[in-house]
Amino acid sequence: MKMLNGKWMLLGALGTLAVTTATAQAGQLTVISWGGAYTTSQVEAYQKPWMAKSGNTIVSADYNGGLAEVKAQVQSGNVTWDVVDVETSEGVSGCNDGLFEKIDASKLPKGDNGASPLDDFVPGAITDCAISTIAYANIFGYDSTKFAGDKPTKVADFFDLKKFPGKRGMKKEAKVNLEMALMADGVAAADVYKVLATKEGVDRAFKKLETIKGSIVWWEAGAQPPQLLASGEVTMTTAYNGRLFTPAVTENKPFVIVWDGQQQVFDTWAIPKGSKNKDLALDFIAFSTGTKPLADQARYIPYGPARKSSAPLVGKFKDDKTDMAPHMPTNPENMKNAIVQDVKFWADHYDELNERFVSWIGK
Amino acid sequence: MSDGFVRFENIQKTYDGKSLVVKSLNLSIGRGEFLTMLGPSGSGKTTTLMMLAGFESATGGEIYLDGIKINNIPPHKRGLGMVFQNYALFPHMTIAENVAFPLKVRGVSKADAEDKVRKALDMVQMSGLQSRKPAQLSGGQQQRIALARALVFEPKLLLMDEPLGALDKQLREHMQYEIKHLHDRLGITVVYVTHDQSEALTMSDRIAVFDDGRIQQLATPDELYEKPENSFVAQFIGENNKLRGVVKEISNGRARVEIGGNTIIDALPIQAEIGKPTIVSVRPERVEIEPSASEVTASGRIEEIIYLGDHIRIRMTVLGSSNFVVKVRNRSGRRTFTAGEEVRIGWALQDCRALDV
Amino acid sequence: MLSMTNIPDQKSLSRQLAVAERRNKIKAFVLVVPLLLFVLASFVLPIASLVWLGGYNDTFSKALPETTRLLQQWDAKSPISEELAASFVTELRAAKLKDAAVPTRVATVINREQAGSLSKIKQVLTASDMASPFKEHLIALNDEWAKPDIWHAMKIVAPSFTPRFYLQALDHRITADGTIVSETDDNAIQILLFSRTLMVAAIVTLLCAILGFPIAYIMAHAETKTSNMMLIVVLLPFWTSLLVRTTAWIALLQQNGVINDLLVRIGLIDNDHRLVMMYNMFATLVAMTHVLLPFMILPLFSVMKSIKGNLTRAALSLGATPWTAFWKVYFPQTIPGLGAGCLLVFILAVGYYITPALVGGQSGQLISNIIAFHMQKTLNWSLASAIGTLLLIGVLLLYWLYNRLVGIDKMKLA
Ligand SMILES: Nc1ncnc2c1ncn2[C@@H]1O[C@H](COP(=O)(O)OP(=O)(O)OP(=O)(O)O)[C@@H](O)[C@H]1O
Ligand SMILES: [Mg+2]
Repeated sequence: MKMLNGKWMLLGALGTLAVTTATAQAGQLTVISWGGAYTTSQVEAYQKPWMAKSGNTIVSADYNGGLAEVKAQVQSGNVTWDVVDVETSEGVSGCNDGLFEKIDASKLPKGDNGASPLDDFVPGAITDCAISTIAYANIFGYDSTKFAGDKPTKVADFFDLKKFPGKRGMKKEAKVNLEMALMADGVAAADVYKVLATKEGVDRAFKKLETIKGSIVWWEAGAQPPQLLASGEVTMTTAYNGRLFTPAVTENKPFVIVWDGQQQVFDTWAIPKGSKNKDLALDFIAFSTGTKPLADQARYIPYGPARKSSAPLVGKFKDDKTDMAPHMPTNPENMKNAIVQDVKFWADHYDELNERFVSWIGK
Repeated sequence: MSDGFVRFENIQKTYDGKSLVVKSLNLSIGRGEFLTMLGPSGSGKTTTLMMLAGFESATGGEIYLDGIKINNIPPHKRGLGMVFQNYALFPHMTIAENVAFPLKVRGVSKADAEDKVRKALDMVQMSGLQSRKPAQLSGGQQQRIALARALVFEPKLLLMDEPLGALDKQLREHMQYEIKHLHDRLGITVVYVTHDQSEALTMSDRIAVFDDGRIQQLATPDELYEKPENSFVAQFIGENNKLRGVVKEISNGRARVEIGGNTIIDALPIQAEIGKPTIVSVRPERVEIEPSASEVTASGRIEEIIYLGDHIRIRMTVLGSSNFVVKVRNRSGRRTFTAGEEVRIGWALQDCRALDV
Repeated sequence: MLSMTNIPDQKSLSRQLAVAERRNKIKAFVLVVPLLLFVLASFVLPIASLVWLGGYNDTFSKALPETTRLLQQWDAKSPISEELAASFVTELRAAKLKDAAVPTRVATVINREQAGSLSKIKQVLTASDMASPFKEHLIALNDEWAKPDIWHAMKIVAPSFTPRFYLQALDHRITADGTIVSETDDNAIQILLFSRTLMVAAIVTLLCAILGFPIAYIMAHAETKTSNMMLIVVLLPFWTSLLVRTTAWIALLQQNGVINDLLVRIGLIDNDHRLVMMYNMFATLVAMTHVLLPFMILPLFSVMKSIKGNLTRAALSLGATPWTAFWKVYFPQTIPGLGAGCLLVFILAVGYYITPALVGGQSGQLISNIIAFHMQKTLNWSLASAIGTLLLIGVLLLYWLYNRLVGIDKMKLA
């Protein structure tokens, strides 16, 4: 981050020098994302084609999520990030906090099949400040070599320590875990947020979590769950579906994803308020959320495009053998018992539930 | 005097396994004796003292204390008092606590200890500073405290390694007398290390002159001065004129030494062999100018005259050596000298010793 | 022969001196100005703003000044007045015209006191027909507006100067009528974490002292070559990143890790009963001790180096056993270094959170994790500041205690 700032300041200084001589100067965009295979997929599917087409360059950097850095930049007025990949809920809360520029989604390009952007994006994919690129799923997976007989198939199996012994990996956050606990406790997918909005529902979710509390290994970064599985530290872990897909397909790891009770979340592009390259950033976002780039991304990572028009274009993994469709969260086969994370619910209840979660986890 | 209260027998020491720092040392120290180890830097004095104290182990030979072999007794059980060059007072303890330390570790009762501490401080004239910390004392005061601390438990033997090295000249001389008087009063055996010869001469019953890991001579101060047994000792103790020559003949307790090719003079044959080179040594104050009746005579030319108040120091060329020094007492009616003057000089045979080269 | 120079009288002499000294003072001051500015900018200002942020938050009062005034007059019991409702709605909607982010920011602040308020306030912002009577219109929009809860929340967050963040950092809450109540068991955590953090820091300090003392001793008394070698080994952790070090511990301690494998291979433990050394307090203590050990060794080493070697010998010669010589003579001299090392390790340990969070599992949840959590996730910087200030006060108290017991002037850093 420091490096980036320094580099950026230098470039900025050079830039102002250059502007005096040539006005039609190609721009440079700083794009922040989550790193790993995910950033790679974005570089391949969005950034390279955009740079080739527009002649601008992109400085790509990683972060660990959260809005703290954006808030620090916006408050100090020294905004060095132009485009940030955030989860929808953060896109919404950042928007509420005035950290992101508003984006008029109706000005985005039409789908390749001619559909207007507002129709082409799946419901919930467009918010005031953030435009979705893909939907990923919070799923859980297990190491198939650890269970000789029956294999876990239901979300309730995650909480069944008797039948499926071993430690469980879970993300250290209230989101996802509370919904998962309720579904495992028998709440229907459609009712999860209704139940969670009540005090009794919250108690019920924590009670369910409590049953496995002693066996939980908490993770924080998306790269951790496959490591925890591979090292044998846990036998089952929640994860982002792409993080388990890659080692399973490219390294033949015995990781199996359970889609039952999957929770879909959108990843979105947002522009920090006061970005010095706002127009360029908008151009990049419009380009990268187009039908083709979104479909192309699925070549590298099994995340579902946020545009309906992209779905038919999804083909094979970059190894040209593996069919991507069965690995997509949006695959009907995987959607039998699934929820889409309720951004509005979490905007209202994030602080309240996290306070309780942090207190629960610390005890 | 040598009833052998402390005995070193064939003591050897090497630190690196290659060279001997102490080479076959034999030394017997009498009860109540004040023995000084004197020698140039690196000659092995401290090493020898440390072997006696138990902080270094001898790599060969035996050390006896009061008839008991102590090679394998750890230092804290040897019961020796020791004073270090930098005093080694415990900075976090007061003066009283410092002096009481050896009593405390011996389990002496508090009242007894207080009494003894007071006496020990009185002895070194340091009463009244009990509650100060060492850092609040001058160097001389600290040294007295260190002395009191080493003596308060009435050890059989007191070891001191250059205890006055850090003091200025005047204070050092003062302390020399005090330590000497304490020794006389207490009758304790003292092994003292210094490389200051006047200190050694002032204080000691006997002096062991160290060089290169060996005792070059062990003798009383006057004997050491008057009768050095080799040219190192003659050289190291006091001032000395050296005349290089070859021994021609030894007879009737006289060596006839040829100097400068044609002159022959007589000297006592201490370390002389016929046909071998030798150094004839004469003390400057034993040389007479224009002697009335001297056993050995020579002629010399005055090169330089230095007026030093109580005596006059004359540098002359004698028998080819231009560094020959004569000291003349400055008494009334003495002869006056001028540079370039040729004079006759002479000395007694017993003051003139033929030594090793 | 002596030439008479002009000897000035006393007065002009002292004047000359004053002039000369003033010039020197100015020079000296100019030289330290950059440092002063640096200290001010990097130390005093951030801490001041930390303390300030923990007790001052004007998000609400700045956007809705009239509403704030009316809320302060309200007794929190009687039904809210039409005047209050009207001022709330009009000020909120007026703020939106100036900067669309302001009302949502206000809503976020209210939402922290009363979950669900955010969406209700957003409704108010987007509703098309908000006119008099405002109270009825609000209730028509959502009957939650008829309940006092959301108004209570507003009354709590309205004052700019507020103790609520400091109270929250101590597991207490302020209610709308100004009484202070303790947090429900479900949500109370801060005091537990404060004490856990202090305990972990104390144990780590103790472990560092126990492990560091002999190492520093050996280093200080070894030959220069050996001690330089050891110094490099001791400093080695500084040259690798924190995450690498932490990951190395994970690889060592986990159930299929190096240590367990080794123990199973040599038959000390059964393959089915591998030791659990990871994601618990044990791992936290081991990893933190490792990371912080150099901060103990370095001051100890430098102090031990300066202890005169003949002190121990003097003690032995005076009849002290080796243990007495060590304990009564050598050890007391090391206290300045030990004190400095302990203070350093303790203060650093109190602020550590990445390592414990990664290796400590649930028990690795320390107070600094909460600060980071509120900084990065909830963006409740006021609460983070309040907790941080309390932590700072705690550390200062310990520092004061140390000064009373050991004396800060006796402290020696490397
Ligand atoms: N701990 C040691 N390790 C290795 N060599 C040593 C050690 N202590 C002394 N020596 C060597 O042994 C020789 C004798 O040293 P020692 O300290 O006994 O001399 P000394 O006569 O006390 O000299 P000084 O008058 O300078 O104190 C010296 O060459 C010295 O370098
Ligand atoms: Mg010495």
